[in-house]
Amino acid sequence: MATSQDTKTVFSKALDEFFYGMAELAGFSVNVFKEGIKPPYEFKEVLNQCYEIGIKSFVLVGVTAFILGLVLVMQSRPTMIEFGAGSYLPAMSSISIVREIGPLVTALICAGKIGSGISAELGSMKVTEQIDAMEVSGTNPFKYLVATRILATTLMIPILTVYADFISLIGALTGSNIKDDVNVHFYFNRVFEALHYTDVIPSFTKTFFFGFTIGLVGCTKGYNSKKGTEGVGKAANVSVVVSMVGVIIIDMVVTQITSMLGYL
Amino acid sequence: MDTALNIAQGVSVAAQPAIEIAHLRKAFGSNVVLRDFNLTVQNGENVVVMGKSGIGKTILIKCIIGLIKPDGGTLRVLGKDISTLNHRDLDELRMRIGFVFQSSALYDSMTVRENLEFPLRRDRRNKISGNIEDHVREALRNVGLENAIDLMPSELSGGMRKRIGIARGLILNPEIVLYDEPTTGLDPITSEEITHLILELQKKYKTTSIIITHDIDLARETANRIVFLTNGIAYMQGTYDELMNTTDPEIKHFFKR
Repeated sequence: MATSQDTKTVFSKALDEFFYGMAELAGFSVNVFKEGIKPPYEFKEVLNQCYEIGIKSFVLVGVTAFILGLVLVMQSRPTMIEFGAGSYLPAMSSISIVREIGPLVTALICAGKIGSGISAELGSMKVTEQIDAMEVSGTNPFKYLVATRILATTLMIPILTVYADFISLIGALTGSNIKDDVNVHFYFNRVFEALHYTDVIPSFTKTFFFGFTIGLVGCTKGYNSKKGTEGVGKAANVSVVVSMVGVIIIDMVVTQITSMLGYL
Repeated sequence: MDTALNIAQGVSVAAQPAIEIAHLRKAFGSNVVLRDFNLTVQNGENVVVMGKSGIGKTILIKCIIGLIKPDGGTLRVLGKDISTLNHRDLDELRMRIGFVFQSSALYDSMTVRENLEFPLRRDRRNKISGNIEDHVREALRNVGLENAIDLMPSELSGGMRKRIGIARGLILNPEIVLYDEPTTGLDPITSEEITHLILELQKKYKTTSIIITHDIDLARETANRIVFLTNGIAYMQGTYDELMNTTDPEIKHFFKR
């Protein structure tokens, strides 16, 4: 219940909410590590969540990745040909997809689909006392519901990204074959020639952070949702916005670090 | 309290009470819900807690099971001081207590079977012998809903949900059962069925119970003792007849006499 002290503004309402939200996320992530390392481990629930979160997103991620690869080549081809660089299309598309488009688009799709799903599920469990019911059954709901979901997103987003990269490259190959006749063997040779470990490792590493962020934000907003069904809707909405912004900020930071290390 | 009757009848008194609450205090900001609440529940006793809506009855049983941390006072459940227990010990104590939620709080992503299996699979005491399926079926037989085993909670009526909630609350054979408004929102016939079900299960498993309710029929049928909660204290305690015959204006007003 709110008191006069609870509603006291320190900076401004928006700034206070921002700092409160950041503190909430920080507190949650500390608890995830604290609870996650303590036995008993919830392996079965982690696998269940990997299926719910990861495997069930394969179709959506696949279709989006294919279309993006296709559109990327169709949009780039006229300009590349104009500059006499048509033969670089496979290299250009592979670097674009593996470095940026694959990880970022996968993360943004998952922030929308998975982040909001987690948030809405935990939020409705909270307001219908299902989390309390779990606690009175002698189960730590934080470990069972939160830690497992965050671990599942952290593990599954990288796998989904590798899958999205591959499907997107097939989309790009299809796009190349709409107006040209590109041999599959030749195309993939050019793709792998263009890619270096300095392209793959940073982009793969950042997907773990994307996954952690999506899971963390979704769980935090859902688990702490208040004010009944209205609060659940708001939590799902805020979770999508915050995790998308978080993913983009992480992407920027990783790009800066990669650049400083001389890999760009 | 001068008006307190403090009479418990028809109960076999064991050496150690099942629940001992002394000077319990809980406030949310400036709203003091429990001020100086005292209550002792003996083993095998059925205590009904009544009082106006929002007076703190649910807060009381949530304090008993450790879902809400009290601000002050002592709370001993099955001989253990709740405030001194670590997470693991509290979880073990909770497995000896059944909690039936007002909303039933069934896990809506699980079938009825999975809802009942959940506490059994999480029980670290290995107290339950035999097949989990047999326990689930017995729990459902107890509440007359064996055919609902593969239904989802969304496919159940309000009365069925309450019954499944009761079955889940009792599936670990708890020593204490806390019922939060088990007949709220039900029609009179279903309420009566739930009342009889609670009585049958209490007889069968010899549990100690605290029942939070506004349902006067339920209180009359099930209570060894009724506690009337108001202003954060156990304002009056006694049997159903004692409370019905009191001249206290607040109690008279509550029972609409």
